[in-house]
Amino acid sequence: MSFNHEPASRQDASRQDDAEALDPELKSALADFRLSFHAFSDAAYARARMPLARAPRRGRVWRLVAGCALGCVLLAGSVSSGVYRHHRKEVGIAQAREAQHQRQLAADRASQQAREEEDLLAKVDSDIARQTPSAMEPLARLMSDDETR
Amino acid sequence: MAAITTLEPMTRSTAEDAAALEFSAVVAAHRPQIFRFLLASTRDLDLAETLTQECFLKAHRNWASFRGESTAMTWLMRIAINLQKDHWRNRRMQFWRHTRTNSVDLEVLAQERVAQVWKAVEGLSERQRTVFLLRFVEEQELSEIARATGLNEGTVKAHLSRALAKVRAELGGKR
Repeated sequence: MSFNHEPASRQDASRQDDAEALDPELKSALADFRLSFHAFSDAAYARARMPLARAPRRGRVWRLVAGCALGCVLLAGSVSSGVYRHHRKEVGIAQAREAQHQRQLAADRASQQAREEEDLLAKVDSDIARQTPSAMEPLARLMSDDETR
Repeated sequence: MAAITTLEPMTRSTAEDAAALEFSAVVAAHRPQIFRFLLASTRDLDLAETLTQECFLKAHRNWASFRGESTAMTWLMRIAINLQKDHWRNRRMQFWRHTRTNSVDLEVLAQERVAQVWKAVEGLSERQRTVFLLRFVEEQELSEIARATGLNEGTVKAHLSRALAKVRAELGGKR
């Protein structure tokens, strides 16, 4: 497909006819009319197209705002999750300490009980040991009975 | 045969790419002029921008049927003229009376003589206005105006002559 762009020169025969028909004042007024309207139209064209160029910019601002909001949410989330994790860790440590303390107490209690049981056994043993020499007691009693008799 | 069938889509896509590039060049070259004509015709910035977009959308849809019998500018201008005509016809509004209160302020155009020309243009009929604007704002040749408006050159000359007479009268009356 081929197409012709505008011819560069517009000084054709029909324009000559117009030029002959136009008095200088009308010609000048029409030239002013054309030039002023071209200037006005160029400015309006640029203005009309500016919002189109700005449109993505507005979108960019919205994206920036949304990005900031999302960033804040993520930051708040990560901070709160960090705080929560730290809190959980502290609680874990405290619980571990408490558990260890309880274990220690239980162990102490157990060892003391064992010691007490041992002492009791030792005392029982010693009591029994002190009574064991009295195995000669019946003989001794017999002897003392004979003496009294 | 197999080679032809595999090459065929490639050739079609290359042709489509070339047409798209060609159309982009036409848009870049003529968009400001089409916008200017529509702005002069409607004196409404938003409407001019909307109609310009519609014009190029229509042109894009029909680009394949454009045979290059006239210039691309003439073809686009014909679409633009029809669009602005249809717009006002569909809305059943008085073309110029309505737009007078809209956007483009004559004061912006400053010079008194220019304001007088605009005032004269207000009083023109739709065809006279279109022919006048194409001739003295877009500097189109009579033959181009005839092709764009679908009128013959004699009719274009007659409309132009009447339009000029009204402008001259407006300028003469204020002198």
